[in-house]
Amino acid sequence: MADGQWLTFVALILPFAGAAAAPFLTRALGHNAAWVLALVPVFLFVHFAGFLGAIAAGDAVGGGYSWIDSLDVDFSWYLDGLSLTFALLISGIGTLIVLYSGGYLKGHRQQGRFFSFILMFMGAMQGLVVADSFLMLFVFWELTSIASFLLIGFDHGREAARRAALQALIVTGAGGLSLLAGLLVIRNATGANSLSALLQVGDGLREAPLYLAALLLVLGGAFTKSAQFPFHFWLPNAMEAPTPVSAYLHSATMVKAGVYLLMRLNPVMGETALWETVLPVFGGTTLIVGTLLAVRQTDLKLMLAYTTVASLGLLVMLTGFGSEVAVEAAVLYLIAHSMFKGALFMVAGAVDHETGTRDLTKLGGLRRAMPITFAAALLAAMSMGGLPPFFGFLAKEEIYAGIGTGGSWSLFFTAVSLIGNALMFAIGFAVGLRPFTGETVETPRHAHEGPVLLWLGPVVLAAAGLLAALFSGFSHYFLSSPMASAVTGRPVEIAISVVPHIGLPLLLSAVTIVLGIGAYLTLDPARHAMARLLAAIGWGPDRGFDQFVRGTIRLSVFVTRIVQNGRLDIYMTATFIALALSLLVPMIRFGELPSWPVFVPLRFYEWTVLVIALIGLAAVVYARDRLTAIVSLGIQGFAVALLFMLLGAPDLSFTQFMVETLSVVILALVMTRLRLSPADHRPLGQRTLDVSVAALCGTALGLLLLRVSQLPFDLALSDFFAENARVIAHGRNIVNVIIVDFRGLDTLGEIAVVMIAGLAILALVRIQAGKPAAKPAGRD
Amino acid sequence: MRTLIFRTTAPYLTALMVLFSIFVLLRGHNEPGGGFIGGLIAASAFAIYGIACGVSPVRRALYFHPMAISAFGLLVSATSGVVSLFFDVPFLTGLWTTIDLLGLPVDFSTVILFDIGVYFVVLGSITSIALALEEREHA
Repeated sequence: MADGQWLTFVALILPFAGAAAAPFLTRALGHNAAWVLALVPVFLFVHFAGFLGAIAAGDAVGGGYSWIDSLDVDFSWYLDGLSLTFALLISGIGTLIVLYSGGYLKGHRQQGRFFSFILMFMGAMQGLVVADSFLMLFVFWELTSIASFLLIGFDHGREAARRAALQALIVTGAGGLSLLAGLLVIRNATGANSLSALLQVGDGLREAPLYLAALLLVLGGAFTKSAQFPFHFWLPNAMEAPTPVSAYLHSATMVKAGVYLLMRLNPVMGETALWETVLPVFGGTTLIVGTLLAVRQTDLKLMLAYTTVASLGLLVMLTGFGSEVAVEAAVLYLIAHSMFKGALFMVAGAVDHETGTRDLTKLGGLRRAMPITFAAALLAAMSMGGLPPFFGFLAKEEIYAGIGTGGSWSLFFTAVSLIGNALMFAIGFAVGLRPFTGETVETPRHAHEGPVLLWLGPVVLAAAGLLAALFSGFSHYFLSSPMASAVTGRPVEIAISVVPHIGLPLLLSAVTIVLGIGAYLTLDPARHAMARLLAAIGWGPDRGFDQFVRGTIRLSVFVTRIVQNGRLDIYMTATFIALALSLLVPMIRFGELPSWPVFVPLRFYEWTVLVIALIGLAAVVYARDRLTAIVSLGIQGFAVALLFMLLGAPDLSFTQFMVETLSVVILALVMTRLRLSPADHRPLGQRTLDVSVAALCGTALGLLLLRVSQLPFDLALSDFFAENARVIAHGRNIVNVIIVDFRGLDTLGEIAVVMIAGLAILALVRIQAGKPAAKPAGRD
Repeated sequence: MRTLIFRTTAPYLTALMVLFSIFVLLRGHNEPGGGFIGGLIAASAFAIYGIACGVSPVRRALYFHPMAISAFGLLVSATSGVVSLFFDVPFLTGLWTTIDLLGLPVDFSTVILFDIGVYFVVLGSITSIALALEEREHA
């Protein structure tokens, strides 16, 4: 294998190794472990940055190892402009987030666990974006959901955190299953087993009859992960997580996995009427709903969360719009958003950490206390608002250029993005400017600048948003253009720079800014208006989720009451009726009933044994009390054991004797323990039913055995064992040799079952013994 | 059940049955018998002891919890299969060797280890069920 290949494998594994080491490191180094752990994403960043040149030149780097040959599953990765940009964002922002967490959770008892989860997520996300084979894509996709669940529920002492974690897991996990189904459909339709193979099929998928099914299933995965309306509700709830998580998972990376998927599939699934309708409509709706709901909030993190929902909507809308420029805009906006939103989240966290509140109405005048944070916040807010000379400005110019290409369709979406962008402008400055200006307000904690770990992240990200725009030729060449080429499937050159170019986009940008300033100034009345409106509507998907969960629980309780009613007699009746029917119905249906058996003359002692068995049976039926019945059942069993002996199966007979003895002993013990009345007083109706079920089962089994013994007997196995028992297995007792040697694995399984059954019975007996008040399982 | 005769003879009966169960276990490879049936015999021996003299003497006599004996048996059986991996043959392949025991050649194999494991699993599981049911003082 090539060296680079080996290193990429290490890069994919390293975060998980870091996750394993994190708790120990944190125990040894305290919060300074962040400096060491940050080396993991730094390594990833440097490693993936090494591919920049090759990929900017238009290559795609693949690699991997075959994993399960028989299932055609590989551990393989595929790096092109799209996955590389994502990989760099994940590892780059990941570095800052690890450092930030070191400051944010300094002194927290579970900081080691937090690092561990964050690195685990990083590994999953990294794997997701570079995965080539469908299986890997799916596994990493679900791993990100699980990591997100762990991180949202990090503060698991609070019920809100537990609920949010579970909600995110259910929504994104269900989406993951939908994605799995979608990938299977795609594989069926095209035969492709990996993304790189899929990208080669061209129009194959679009023209496949299963296109619609594949599209809907994939969208189910992408829309839940990327919080598109009406699945957006889990994302704001996920703000229960510590702020580094919100900054990393729920704005910069994980929620973009859905967008990544759509962009990845755009070359093979896009450019159809369906794609270009569904995506913009859902994305546009999400954009408007997200921004309107953001206006309603006063919590800094929630405001940012709803604008994240809106931004994701914007990205989906642009990806599905169907013009090359719109895709370029999506690419630029995605990069810009990761930087400014990550920075703003970290700012919100730092403000919360230093002042003790993140309620917008309780903050003000922080510019003097927290100057560095303020600078970072302002830069990020300017990028979010789309002001020159920031990367957000380039993105917005491109958005308007991409959407406003003519037709009423684009006029409508221009209006949508105009409103959305203006509101995002207002929210961006509400978060990035308002807490820092105006009169100094008394906060729960005395505000002062946070430690370097807290401001490093936002400063670097905000500065990156500025530098990437100033040196746009550089960033386009290495990041934006290769990524846009990967998304469109053709070589694309992005040329936009901060130098203003007079035209419609610039005009629309100006309008956006004017509208945005207006919205910023009227934010408070707008908030009250939104609050009244939402109160009037009353119902939302979040509440719907609760209703859905409650309904599911109620349904399962209802079904359980019917199926698992706790009455042993009903279980047994059902089991035996099912047994009898499953034997009798096929036999009658397929005409496999046995012919009348030929009776051989029996010897005197054989008759005697049979008569003893029958007497035992009669005694069971007519026994006056239960104990007699149990012992009589043993008589019948012994008689059968004797028969085995007479017919030349000593081992079987031996075992039968012991099993019968122990059954009698154990049954008798159970009977005394259950404190049943000594005799059997079933009502006549019950008796009739039980007798018929018993007779039915007996008949069915008897007929089956007769039928089986009438079929031609294949001696191949018997001959083999008889021949080889001595030769191969060194034993003369064929039965034993089969048990311990030829079929040793079966026996191993069986004794494991014996032991587990023993454990279960022990537990059952204990429960009964421990709770004398508990209702006994059997009744009379 | 606690008649004088039963109580007096039960320990001897148990000892004899346990001895017999070991005999049955060891001869199983060539004559009728084996781990499963041996385990059943031993389990019924302890069950009888428990019925005659109460559960706590049995637990004392066994020293280990019967379930632990069962788990030990499963471990023995599983490990006896692992041995074959060191000889580059598939899992659970029987390996044979002859040991010179006091001048007497005795065939020894991983198969007999496996069978001993089966013996302990059956003995432990059944005994623990029987003893748990016999334990009436907690009921």
